[in-house]
Amino acid sequence: MKHWLPVHAAAVFTFLYLPLAVLVVFSVNSSRFTAWTGFSLDWYREMLRNPQLAEAAWNSIVIAAVATVISVSAGTLAAYALWKRTSRLLAGAVYLSLVTPEIVMGISLLAFFQWIFRHLDLRLGMHTVILAHVSFTIAYVIVVVLARLRTLDGTLEEAAQDLGATEWQAFRTVTLPLLVPGIAAAGLLAFAVSFDDYVITSMVAGVDSETLPMVIYAMARRGATPVLNAVSTAIVLAIGTLTLLSARLMRQ
Amino acid sequence: MNRLRALFLAPVWVIVGSLLFAPLAIVFLYSLLTRGAYGGLAPPWTFENYQRLADPLYLGIAAQSFLLAGISTLLCLLIGYPLALFISRSGPRKNLYLLLVITPFWISFLVRTYAWMFLLRDTGLINTVLEAAGLIREPLPLLYNPAAVVLGLVYGYLPFMVLPVYAALERLDLALLEAAADLGAAPRASTLRVLLPLSWPGIRAGIILVFIPCLGAYLTPDLLGGGKAMMIGNLVQNQFTTARDWPFGAAVSLALMMPVALLLVLLLRRKGEELL
Repeated sequence: MKHWLPVHAAAVFTFLYLPLAVLVVFSVNSSRFTAWTGFSLDWYREMLRNPQLAEAAWNSIVIAAVATVISVSAGTLAAYALWKRTSRLLAGAVYLSLVTPEIVMGISLLAFFQWIFRHLDLRLGMHTVILAHVSFTIAYVIVVVLARLRTLDGTLEEAAQDLGATEWQAFRTVTLPLLVPGIAAAGLLAFAVSFDDYVITSMVAGVDSETLPMVIYAMARRGATPVLNAVSTAIVLAIGTLTLLSARLMRQ
Repeated sequence: MNRLRALFLAPVWVIVGSLLFAPLAIVFLYSLLTRGAYGGLAPPWTFENYQRLADPLYLGIAAQSFLLAGISTLLCLLIGYPLALFISRSGPRKNLYLLLVITPFWISFLVRTYAWMFLLRDTGLINTVLEAAGLIREPLPLLYNPAAVVLGLVYGYLPFMVLPVYAALERLDLALLEAAADLGAAPRASTLRVLLPLSWPGIRAGIILVFIPCLGAYLTPDLLGGGKAMMIGNLVQNQFTTARDWPFGAAVSLALMMPVALLLVLLLRRKGEELL
């Protein structure tokens, strides 16, 4: 191996992680300014006392949980059907959903909801955010579950059916249990992607559905606030744990 | 099988039909309408929104988007390729390194972008340290410029380059490189004429996977460019919020979808029958 490759790799990993490490370090800095003055958990205390942050975090968790349940259920069934026989149209739709710029997805959903609201007495709120999140998380679920299905042996189901199982029983008792790690990994990914989204959410959110990324965006825009470092660190730690979990699930 | 399959596909078609196809179709319809009073939409049907795209102001924003996305993609390739090469040759540690590459993708894009704001702004870490060291008197204007946007895009999308290149290098038969060396190829020649061509499918996939989100970027130019490096995504957002010109915003969105769709077709064309 060439000598400079490890040096390059070390530099890139530093580039990837140093900015996050800096946030973590300054989240426990006692000063309001960007100079180290000593260890303190003040910003975490302030974070926990902030009612706006607490409400937004709760909204984000509710939205991500509901959207994940819906997209994992529908996405798993769809992946299974695609595994049996592919559908070019659905595969195209999955790719379209993955490559459509977030901002275009956001404004198209906004235009769609507003168009529906002309006929129904509804407003933007938690429900529109959840629907929007289902629309972009389901593609991730299909991709991850289908990847898991492709590692399975299709003859197992045939054997089950030869032994008298119906198609439903073969799916329910043979394939589905084998799919659990893939489904769990897809769920974690869907939850993380939903929890993190700002661009689409900001377009379709109503007054009662402010999410954590929306509050973070507003804080970052306003300028220096060390509380944001504490919030960021909390998110990095939470999501980092989720990643490790899903990596373990995928390896099984 | 067909009945169960239809049943299994029903929910996803409802979701995709109502939350992906229908919204995009509505955007297409809106792009052909006229902006009414108070920002509403009204007939007559018109192509005027598309004609306005030719305005030098908007062409400039499009050119800037392609330029920033292109530079970011090139930097991702230059940084990502050697990293992928390193990982593909690091034996049992491969999985650990891959995890290190993937993890940032999971961590909030917003938080990662904010991390750079914290480093680059006037009162940020870099300027504070330089001032404390007496190297500068006035803070350097590191944030809110095109370079900061490129930095943010490279930081955000580097994993999308590393992973496909790594996958291509993994499949590569190392004996081919040994054969090239045995036949007298200098290391440089074997890199240029054996390694690079054989890993081209991965490079191509990486270029497309990085360029697509960079071209449609909104959050990065918004937070790190601060209006001084406007991209197409910002123009779309602006038309749907501040300017309240939905028909024109819809036309811009569809214009943005065109190169994205083209790249997608390019990516899928050579993969053969198995689409997913």
